[in-house]
Amino acid sequence: MENSYSASEEKIIQDLFPQKFNRKGILWVIGLSLVCLIGLFAYYRQLRYGLVVTAMRDYASWGIYISNFVFFVAISLVGSLITAVFRLAHVEWSTPLTRISEMIAVAAILFASIIIIVDMGSPERFYNLFLYGRVQSPIIWDVIVISTYFVISILLLYYPLLPDIKILLQFKEKNGSRLNKFYSFIGSFWKGTKEQNRLSRNALHVLSVTIIPVAFCIHTVTSWLFATTYRPGWDSTNFGAYFISGAFLVGAGSVIVAMYILRNAYSLEHYITRGHFEKMGRIVVLLALLYLYFNVNEYLVPAFKMKKSEDAHLTGLFAGEFAPLFWFAILVGMILPILILIFRRGRRPLPAFIAGIMVVIGAWFKRYLIVTPTLLHPFLPMHNVPENYRHYFPTWEEWSIAIASLAGCMLVITILCRIFPIVPIQETLTEHHHQAILTEQNHEIAK
Amino acid sequence: MNQENSSRREFLLTGLLAAGAVAGCSSKKNAFEAGADSDIIATGKKVKLLSVDGDIIEVDEAYLKPVPELPPVSNSEARVGIDGKKFVMVIDLSRCKNLRKCQEACNHMHHVNPGQNWVKVYPMQDAEHTAPYWQPTTCMHCDEPPCVKVCPVDATFKRKDGIVLIDSDRCIGCRFCMAACPYSTRVFNWSAPDIPEEIAKQPYSCESSVPQKKGTVGKCDFCPDMTRRGELPHCVSACPNGTFFFGDMNEDTVTNGSDTFRFSDLIKDKAGYRLMEDLGTKPSVYYLPPVSRNFPYESGLENETKDKS
Repeated sequence: MENSYSASEEKIIQDLFPQKFNRKGILWVIGLSLVCLIGLFAYYRQLRYGLVVTAMRDYASWGIYISNFVFFVAISLVGSLITAVFRLAHVEWSTPLTRISEMIAVAAILFASIIIIVDMGSPERFYNLFLYGRVQSPIIWDVIVISTYFVISILLLYYPLLPDIKILLQFKEKNGSRLNKFYSFIGSFWKGTKEQNRLSRNALHVLSVTIIPVAFCIHTVTSWLFATTYRPGWDSTNFGAYFISGAFLVGAGSVIVAMYILRNAYSLEHYITRGHFEKMGRIVVLLALLYLYFNVNEYLVPAFKMKKSEDAHLTGLFAGEFAPLFWFAILVGMILPILILIFRRGRRPLPAFIAGIMVVIGAWFKRYLIVTPTLLHPFLPMHNVPENYRHYFPTWEEWSIAIASLAGCMLVITILCRIFPIVPIQETLTEHHHQAILTEQNHEIAK
Repeated sequence: MNQENSSRREFLLTGLLAAGAVAGCSSKKNAFEAGADSDIIATGKKVKLLSVDGDIIEVDEAYLKPVPELPPVSNSEARVGIDGKKFVMVIDLSRCKNLRKCQEACNHMHHVNPGQNWVKVYPMQDAEHTAPYWQPTTCMHCDEPPCVKVCPVDATFKRKDGIVLIDSDRCIGCRFCMAACPYSTRVFNWSAPDIPEEIAKQPYSCESSVPQKKGTVGKCDFCPDMTRRGELPHCVSACPNGTFFFGDMNEDTVTNGSDTFRFSDLIKDKAGYRLMEDLGTKPSVYYLPPVSRNFPYESGLENETKDKS
């Protein structure tokens, strides 16, 4: 049994085996690395001169670092959606998407932690969080749930990898010696025995159950960083649910984008099929409608009352300084993707990919609109402050660092895709096997 | 009743300065008794003081020793606060004409970065047809401080005397407190503060909030270093119009340096109020409404134009 795969199974292994980068892949990696280097240089300047290199000032005291953080936390929620929720609901078609979404989740949560440290004025005192941490601060809750989520996400990526690593190690000649060493290090103990399989299955079940409340926690707590303050636009009881619905939307959107890119780059058409785009498209429509619903609650209900403190903030969003961005985020982030994906033709790979990109870009700007406009509408008027305190437009250092964090996240995903099979091999083989038995049975019944 | 009031007032006028000396005496041994220091000759001028038993005593001026400069308290001591005190401020809006001497003095004494202010003076007009007025704000030193609630590392803290301070040696610069504060009190040191090197080199003191450090938050501290010496905060003593009153809720007295009032009477008589009461932050700063003003609102506009050029 060990090495005796049938012809079609051999093809599956060959198709799904991690591939070396082609020329495009190498250019992609170099490009991302360069962007990261520029970001690192900008961060060096920030460390040296302080946060003064950013456009943040006393009123807009949080800017695109924090919105980027919220964005990363949001995207990372997809890991729990696709892997855990679908696994528990026995949604079998999602199998080829589990690893992609788990990779996105791990990379995103990693960069969420990085960007929040970048935002700190005194990052060298990071350890104070552990020395003097106070449980009453939502930041400490965030530290706790994000690190928990990170660990669970890594395990959810790791356990299903073990059978695949066994397969990878059977083709030592295909991997470099360094990769072989790495595979042996992380997975040589996996023999695929009944007991091991049972343990792994149970562990995955427990993790899938636990990651759902933790995932809800990370984004709820992240929304509480805002909702626990008094400020108009943040002072909302709706915020946790609003953030979670937005997170599922951008996560699902990013999975469609990754599906399309990886399917084309690695010719995975037989594994990530049109059916997947069809189904993910429907999910995105549902999630976008849900997010739209929460947006109506968030903006129209306060707008109906127009309390004095909300007035300036909401008017700024609807018709003022932030109106172009606001309507862009609503249209491009929600309404247009719904209009595209609601039609069967819109759920073909390319249009779905475009809708996915719209969702992700819209979501990024949406996070910015949640963070900064509120800060620029304080309770007491901005008065007797330098002119640059009244507005916020990120400096090149901020843009470079924020873009570098996005590039870094993509780089980590790319590297994970290089090292590990994008579509789980073993699970695909098992399903293939099941299907073969099923068709055989059907044949026999037909006879 | 009147009698008691006036003696209290007198006490505060002179007594604040000597409070440190009195606090050092035990009730059994009277340090002011003639003969305790035989080489001192009485001048005959008596000063009223409050003994530790709460009695008003009269002491000859000659027996008062100037209090030596107290060494700054350690930062762990500064976290506790002054026993038995509950500091309070009253800002009389009818006296403010936007001179901003308070701001100047505060910025000078705390070496606040140019362009930033801990004491702010806002031109306020609540609605189209209501009267405009000048509203100075300090830190409100809330009894339910939102900033303290959200600080992840206990860098900003509430003391038992009601003061909210910042430990700049601990602050990680997350700026959550700035987002949480509805009064826009807090400022951030976006760059290394522009201060003389000898001051920047000093060890940081929570009670003087000096020196400010890059990447940390700063704000009005109610000058506990001054209070410990029995002196008034810088903004209070700098205001030529006596807008700011400072005192102790437990003693029920506030003073602007020249006038002293019973705090509860002042608030009752002049209908004092606090800012954003509906938020439940319970500020320690009270405001007296801008009625029967000493200056017309417009007289404060001069400073606005001067500021902008």
